[in-house]
This record gives sequence, structure tokens and C-alpha cells, in this order.
Amino acid sequence: MTTVDLQARNLPKFGGFSPGMIRLELRRMVRNKRTVIFTLVMPAVFFLLFGTGGDYKTERVGGGNVTGYILVSMAVYGAMLATTSGGAMVSIERAAGWSRQLRLTPLRPIAYIAVKLVLAMTIGAVSVAVAFGVGALAGAQLPVSAWILCGLLAWVCALVFAAFGLFMGYLLPSENVMQILGPVLAVLSFAGGLFVPLDELGPTFATIAKFTPVYGVGEIARYPLTHDGNLWLAVLNVLVWTTLFAAGAMWRFRRDTARV
Amino acid sequence: MTLTTAPEAAPGTGTAAVDLDGVVKRFGAVTAVDGISLTIRPGEVVALLGPNGAGKTTTVDMLLGLSQPSQGRVAVYGKPPADAVALGLVSAVMQTGGLLKDYTVEETVRLTAVLFGKPRTAVTEALRRAGLTDIGKRLVGKCSGGQQQRLRFAMALLPDPELLILDEPTTGMDVAGRHEFWSAIRDDAARGRTVIFATHYLEEADAYADRVVFVRRGRIVADGTAAEVKALAAGRTVRATLPGATEAALAAIGGVDRAEVRGDTVYLHGNDTDEIARHLLTRTPAKDLEITSRNLEDAFLALTADEETPR
Ligand SMILES: Nc1ncnc2c1ncn2[C@@H]1O[C@H](COP(=O)(O)OP(=O)(O)O)[C@@H](O)[C@H]1O
Ligand SMILES: [Mg+2]
Repeated sequence: MTTVDLQARNLPKFGGFSPGMIRLELRRMVRNKRTVIFTLVMPAVFFLLFGTGGDYKTERVGGGNVTGYILVSMAVYGAMLATTSGGAMVSIERAAGWSRQLRLTPLRPIAYIAVKLVLAMTIGAVSVAVAFGVGALAGAQLPVSAWILCGLLAWVCALVFAAFGLFMGYLLPSENVMQILGPVLAVLSFAGGLFVPLDELGPTFATIAKFTPVYGVGEIARYPLTHDGNLWLAVLNVLVWTTLFAAGAMWRFRRDTARV
Repeated sequence: MTLTTAPEAAPGTGTAAVDLDGVVKRFGAVTAVDGISLTIRPGEVVALLGPNGAGKTTTVDMLLGLSQPSQGRVAVYGKPPADAVALGLVSAVMQTGGLLKDYTVEETVRLTAVLFGKPRTAVTEALRRAGLTDIGKRLVGKCSGGQQQRLRFAMALLPDPELLILDEPTTGMDVAGRHEFWSAIRDDAARGRTVIFATHYLEEADAYADRVVFVRRGRIVADGTAAEVKALAAGRTVRATLPGATEAALAAIGGVDRAEVRGDTVYLHGNDTDEIARHLLTRTPAKDLEITSRNLEDAFLALTADEETPR
């Protein structure tokens, strides 16, 4: 056979970005018990441990109770963990040599990143939904508008951490990158006022907190409930950190795909 | 692939499957590939044979567009390698290509199918041809090395490539796995696919390739048919201590193709070394006999020596 029909072959649309790939990747992600525990179980458990005790259910905040306030914080935490581990998947795949294997397919690197972002945001959404479901059953009270808006904002703002996860995923070529990033996120959550209100930390610390990446997300997500705090400062915080992490991810990504 | 009655008029006719032209690849001070020029026609099954560090993987990487030559030109079906890969014209089973442990065998192939825009039937077919149908539901992490290698093969089959590249595909497999893997490849090559495989096993090159390209220190030192290799690979050497022997006398011994004398040591090359040994022990005062197979080094030397002496 010496004839080769070169015309009969086509490249896939959108550089290989496809619902089929997203479905398979989701299925694989759900199979990973560590991811499921980290992103779906842990935030709900934290909420039950720290949000439902004492007189939190009777104490009021905005149009809801303190339990509801803590629920929103924990939903943000969950969305953060979910999107970070979604982004950090690239690290595991690079370590396993899978990225090299993918370079033998028509999948364009940019489509690969897009798939990872969609995955990160999908499990982020599930994480928020699970936390809110548990919260509703465990006595969290929020006005209807806050249930919807707080949930949406917690989810959308978690995009910062999808970018963070990607950046770290390219920076740390390690099989168990989340073992490093989990504690980092916990520390950032404390520093950003997600676990403890900032005014309990003293003025110096409260000022520093405003510059850390979790601060903005928490403030924005709770705003529909509290109508309190400096919303524009929070938005600025989210934008700056997203830009920084995305630029970092882009920088490492370029270096990774550079032809040697 | 489209069958046509007039091959000369078909698109792409006459295009070499692979065209390497003066390719050099340097890594800092190391020159891994040192000026390789090679043309492979569609339908050939070619072994890239050479010891470890010869530059086989480096060459394969450039053929797949995974790295760029420092000098020279690489074309696969007349296209830059990365384009040929994206179009599915060429695919590979690589020495270091990773798999994800938490996909099943079937899902891994299905993902590849999705990326190449192939239907479900192509997945079933690839699994069948790689002999993986029974373990489709198994997690990749639970598969043996041989099964994982056949999975890589199934993935490589999916785009129905014109050219299949295999880089040391049986490394780390046991004998049975090796046999199964090669029979899958052989069945496939019988359909007319162009195959290039890198190996450091002379027997593999001998058994499966039409053409053998010897590579050493980044250069092609010989390029011949499998039959030529077989002739080189066959035969063994009897080494013995036999003072005062002459090459002419030794060459007259039955079964000796070639004789060499180095001081008191004689080297007798031939196919029936038992016969030669019997003669030496019964009819001459030879002692310290040693019978060795010809190894790759010898084959290299023999083949390069042939090239230097015009026939
Ligand atoms: N990325 C690299 N950086 C530096 N040296 C390399 C690199 N890749 C290969 N080499 C060197 O190039 C030579 C050829 O390697 P390789 O192509 O892997 O050989 P083979 O596949 O034939 O065993 C070796 O000396 C190896 O050490
Ligand atoms: Mg190699």
C-alpha cells in the first residue's frame, strides 16, 4: 500500500475541547476518593462542627442567623478547595507523563486548560450545592435572595482558586500536590477572615488580611447577607489575585509547552 | 484510507512516510543525534536498532514533534511532525508515555477516541486488536506492565495512523507479554501500515523488521534488509588457545566461515560451532574453548566493515 490520502483527515473543532472529554474527566475525578472527601465532605463537616453549636442558630446576622453566615464561609472554603484541586490536576498529570501522551493527540494545550477550568468550576458548584443542602437541613437561615446570591458569588469568585490551582499545578510537579495546597488554603482562609471574623484578630492583622487572596472572595460571597464591609475593596482584591495567578499559570504553561 | 485504482494520481503519492535530512540534536555539550538522513517509504517496517544512548528516543521525539532538531529538517508525510500528529497520520507507543491510574482501560481509549473525533465502534475495535477486550473495565493502575503497553498500543491505533512508531515497546515485559505484544503488532503491520520501532534487541529487529537501520552514537552506521541482519546475527564464535595455528589451515576446518588468529588465540566463526569445537578438541591440541553468540557489537562491526569494503 503506497497511496496515502492526506485530505481525508481533519482536525477536531475547538482544539479538542469537547463535552465527551469533560464527561470522562468528571467521572475520573469522582472516582478519586481523596478529591471527594476534600471538596464535598470536609466543608460540610467543618460547617456542622463550627457553625451549629451554642446560640449560633438564634443569633441574627442580616436577614439570617449566624449558622447561615458560617455556612456561606464554609461554602466559599469548599468551592476554593474544589477549584484548587481541579486546577492542580495538571500537576498529577504532568508527574504521570500523561501530558506528554496528550501531546500525541490533536488536543491543543489551551483546550486542555479550558477543560481543566470547566472541571474545576463544575466540582466547585457541586461543593457549594452540597454545603448549602447540608446547611438548610442543619438549621442555617438566610433570606431567599441570599441563598441564591451567596451561593452564586461563592462559586464564581472561586475562579481565583482555579487559577491558583493551575499555577501551582504547573509549578509543583508532584503526585500529591493537594497535600501541600490543603494546609496552604487553610492558612489563607484564617488569614482572610473565613474561619474567624477579622475584627477578632486585632487591627494590624485585620489590615494585612485585606491583602490576602481569600479575603475578597469571603467578603463578596457574604455581602448579600451582611450588606456590610467594603465591597469595592473586595472586588479589587479578587481581580488582582485572579490576574496574578492567571499570569503565573500562563507563564509556567508557556514554558511547559515550549518546544525544546 | 481511500483505495484508488490510479495510485499515481492519488493525493500524497510519492510522499515519503518519513524524511529526515541532516538532522542534528544537541543537549548542551551532548550531541544525541549527529547528522541523520533517512527516508522511509510507506508500507515499510523499519527497526531503529542501537545500544542504549544511541539516540533512538531523541530521533523518535523529533519525528513526533515533541522536540525540535538543532539542525536539519524533519518531515512526516511531507508535513511538520506536529501537524502529522494532530491529523492522526502518525501515532506512537512511547518509552515514557504516561497513563493515568484512575481511568479504566476502556475510558483511556475512549478519551483518545473523543480527542480524535472517532466513534465508539473505533474504541471497541482498538481494544479488540490490542487484545484488551476482556479487561476494558479494569483500572489502569491495576494492569500489568504488558497490559499497559498494549493499552498504549490501542491508543496509538485509534487514529488509524499511516505510520506507527514504537519506542522500545517491550522493555520490562516478560516473554509471554512480549510475544503477545509482537503478534498484535505483526497482525497490524500485515495490513500495510508503516511501522518504525526502536529497539536494542537484535532478535526483535531481525524477527519483525523488513529493514534495519543501525544507529550508534547518533549516526546511522548501517542500513540493510532483515535478511542481511539475519546473516550477521546467525553464527557463533569459537575462541580457543592454539599456538602456532595459521588462518589458512583453520579456515579449512569443516564449518568454519572465517578464521582469525591473534597471537596464541584463535577465533573461528561459523554456524555449526559444535562441529568446529569437536574438531578442535579431537584433532588439535587446542584448549580453553569458549563458544559465544555474536552480539550486537559484533553485528555492528561486521556491517560497518562490509560497507567499507566494496562488494
Ligand atoms: N533531555 C536530554 N538532555 C540531555 N541529554 C539527553 C537528553 N535526552 C537524551 N540525552 C542524551 O542523548 C543521548 C541519546 O539518548 P536517547 O535518544 O535516549 O538514546 P536511546 O533512546 O537510543 O537509548 C544519550 O547520551 C542521552 O544521555
Ligand atoms: Mg530510548
